[in-house]
Amino acid sequence: MRVFRLHVNGDPVEVAAPEHWTLLEVLRYQLGLTGSKQGCDKGDCGACTVLVDGTPTLSCLSLAATVEDQQITTIEGLLPAHRAAGGEGADPLQESFDESGALQCGFCQPGMILSAKALLAENPDPSAAEIKESLAGNLCRCTGYTQIYEAVLAAAKADMHAAISTDSAKEVQS
Amino acid sequence: MAARDQHGAEAPWDQGFRVVGKENRKVDGLSKATGEAIYTDDIQLPGMLHAKMLRSPHPHARVLSVDTSKAEALPGVVGVLVGAELPVRYGVIPWTPDETALAVDKVRFIGDEVAAVAAVDEDTANEALDLIEVEYEVLDAILDPEQALVTPEPPIHEDRKRRDNISKHVELEFGDVAAQVEDADVVIEGDYTFHSTTHAAIEPHCAVAQPNSDGRITLWSSTQITHYVHRALARVLELDPARIRVIQPCLGGGFGGKSDPFSLEFVVAQLALKTGRPVKMLWTREEVFYAHRGRHPMKMHYRTTAKADGTITGVDAKLLIDGGSYSSFGLVTTYYSGQLLTGPYAFPNYRFDSTRVFTNRPPNGPKRGHGSVQPRFAFEIQLDEVAEQLSIDPIEIRRRNFLGEHTETVNGQRVTSNGFMQCLEEVEKASDWRERRGKLPFGRGLGVAGSMYISGTNYPVYPNKMPQAGVQLKIDRSGLVTVFTGGNDIGQGSNSMVAYLVAEELGIKVEHVKVVAADTDLCPVDLGAYSSRVTFMVGNAAIDGARKLRKQIVEAVAKNWEVEPRDVRLMDGTVVDLSAEARSMTHVEAFHLAEEMFDTLGSTGAYNTPTLGGDYRGGTIGSSPAYSFTAHVADVEVDTETGRITVNKVWVAHDCGRALNPMIVRGQMEGSTYMGAAEVSLESHHLNRFGLHAGPSLLDYRIPTSVDTPELEALIVESIDPEGPFGAKEAGEGPLHSTIPAIANAVFDAVGIRLRHLPFTPAKVLAALRAKEEQA
Ligand code: FES
Ligand code: FES
Repeated sequence: MRVFRLHVNGDPVEVAAPEHWTLLEVLRYQLGLTGSKQGCDKGDCGACTVLVDGTPTLSCLSLAATVEDQQITTIEGLLPAHRAAGGEGADPLQESFDESGALQCGFCQPGMILSAKALLAENPDPSAAEIKESLAGNLCRCTGYTQIYEAVLAAAKADMHAAISTDSAKEVQS
Repeated sequence: MAARDQHGAEAPWDQGFRVVGKENRKVDGLSKATGEAIYTDDIQLPGMLHAKMLRSPHPHARVLSVDTSKAEALPGVVGVLVGAELPVRYGVIPWTPDETALAVDKVRFIGDEVAAVAAVDEDTANEALDLIEVEYEVLDAILDPEQALVTPEPPIHEDRKRRDNISKHVELEFGDVAAQVEDADVVIEGDYTFHSTTHAAIEPHCAVAQPNSDGRITLWSSTQITHYVHRALARVLELDPARIRVIQPCLGGGFGGKSDPFSLEFVVAQLALKTGRPVKMLWTREEVFYAHRGRHPMKMHYRTTAKADGTITGVDAKLLIDGGSYSSFGLVTTYYSGQLLTGPYAFPNYRFDSTRVFTNRPPNGPKRGHGSVQPRFAFEIQLDEVAEQLSIDPIEIRRRNFLGEHTETVNGQRVTSNGFMQCLEEVEKASDWRERRGKLPFGRGLGVAGSMYISGTNYPVYPNKMPQAGVQLKIDRSGLVTVFTGGNDIGQGSNSMVAYLVAEELGIKVEHVKVVAADTDLCPVDLGAYSSRVTFMVGNAAIDGARKLRKQIVEAVAKNWEVEPRDVRLMDGTVVDLSAEARSMTHVEAFHLAEEMFDTLGSTGAYNTPTLGGDYRGGTIGSSPAYSFTAHVADVEVDTETGRITVNKVWVAHDCGRALNPMIVRGQMEGSTYMGAAEVSLESHHLNRFGLHAGPSLLDYRIPTSVDTPELEALIVESIDPEGPFGAKEAGEGPLHSTIPAIANAVFDAVGIRLRHLPFTPAKVLAALRAKEEQA
């Protein structure tokens, strides 16, 4: 056992767990953040994807001890962050995944949504090919991916729309 | 009687559908997108133990002794279980109970379960497994189905009436196939192979059991069949079923891979009873590959006879089915392998001779398109060969043999709605078939195939005359309607479907319907998510239950307003008076009026199939209240240097009766087509010659990533079934079938080779290209 000092979804947390535990194990079984899923525990499926300092990371392959100084975002962190920023409902990506029918069994989706989140942060206007490429590490067994691409495209569009309207709102104000 | 009510395909209120047919969100979508949804492995209980399974390293062996004393002595180990403690046999089909929770006398495949340990954590449990000493007497293993056929000794299952390795044999003939050969203008005969593939749902199997202080036990399990698990648990644990509660939490994909009772369910339950503590077992990905129940490999021989105009006169099939080590659904698989081929084309004469054998391989079972994807693969290629021989366009030959609607198949199955012709038209148009097929540059081609599938079957696994699906509705004074259903939402959206239908029928908003599902303490029985039965059966039951309530609500409002019931209309949560006087109230007020008049409100709804099926042994297996129809066109490229097949695009047209939510139907069609395309050249559940899995990981098994998946275009066809819930039929399995032969037929169009043996590896492609060159 050792105590890990982590930063999860903006919260500083101290948690005791066996030294060799992965970030996924600590998140799921010690912190109760079960939104990150385990589909293979060996780096194949991407269901355990979380963001570490904004970068999609396989938490099943990351020892908790290696990420103590970094900011970890799990799927549970998106909605509160969106609300804290003054938004309504869930994160636009979560909303668009729901609206596009991309969520079948949902097991791959927390990882999928976080990968998409990182993509849009870096590239707010991705092409279909770029979306495909950036989600290649997240396996989905239900959808055939099509509705997932549609969800990401729709979210990108909504984001751009929001960005434009805040910009113009600012212009109006100034 | 209610159970056999037909509700009709039309909207319940005269203003047309308000909910059905719209792209509504799913009832659980956001909870899955935010991580709030609870799956089985997300359940953590105070004091919970973690269990692990010891598995056989031999494909076939007698278990002489199991010594667990050292494991029991390991600090942190709380409970150990061996086969002798749970000797009662079970099987999803009650006629063939040949499984035990842990090996009692024999192990029958590498990975067969032998013993289990519950400990304070997984590491300790794993350590304890190493300390269990098992003495085996290794037996000859049979890994090849051909060998199983001719090798009665050693029988893999020894205490059956027959002493051989045949699991099931079915031979049925309708008409006279042999007589057609002489008069035929064309006879095509050939061998086809379907290899082994598996479901690979992203969620591994998991079960958690909690012993309750009142002597009851609760089991949460990643299952598609709560009701059958409930029955099997009672049988194996020898407990009163009324003392067992089975709950299916959110399920991370099934595809038929969670449709059997699995050893972990019995083991955690027994360990929980034994230790008095909650116990969880989560299988590793590797264990899931061995648990398998995947698609049965088949060796198939087909002979089709046809007239010069392309009309089929007879189809003769002989199939050898590799069942693996246990029966599972095998009895049904053997029938399905023949019974489900008799549409969308009319065969005047048909024979099939299917034999399922036992081998020392992980057990095979139902994978999406149970038992009928393999024959469909063979037959649709053969039909293409007939077309080629007669120089008939492959779509045209499929039209000429169309079965028709409201008719009967040669094996006595009643077919109601049938939108297959429109499916063909849709894929023909969308793929620009007429302009492109046969005209693309060498190396690129288009192929077509069609298929049919069941919307549930009237064979209820265990014989009984009770409804196949039941729901219960409860009304709260807040206006919330809670629907209790035994139906298993496995990601296909059945809970959403129930909410849409109840909202439509009652004229309220979807957000005022809450669905509680798959909990045997709370919900009326439904038989489970298999054979594509849920939309049809649970859907009809939901309408049945809601319609009864609606009658009471309308009556109460009519009385209050002093108008005729026909003047009361509910719509989107508002009740309006259609008579001269314009007035309205909310649905909540209407519910209150109804509660005043009828006391506490609630209702039940049920569905059972009408009497169906041919009048012969097995005639009800594969008979369905409605059939769905599909056509695929695939656009492929074949690299003649490397032998690699690239599927550029697949168009899938599917007749789902009525699309209750087109967005969800599309998702099912795309997901099915993706899964079929993956079976062509990527996926293979391959065992080496010792019976060891060649690569039990998602990466080695090669399920497609986003970049490996072809472009998919779903084209919904609505034939509006007279008996389906508001006209709906299935959409979750049918659209897989013809993907595979469409790709095979496209390869022929691209480079002129007929590939008949899956998987289509580059080596096979290159060999076929070479053979073709040599011939030329
Ligand atoms: S669980 Fe981490 S990649 Fe599969
Ligand atoms: S939605 Fe089920 S695995 Fe992606």
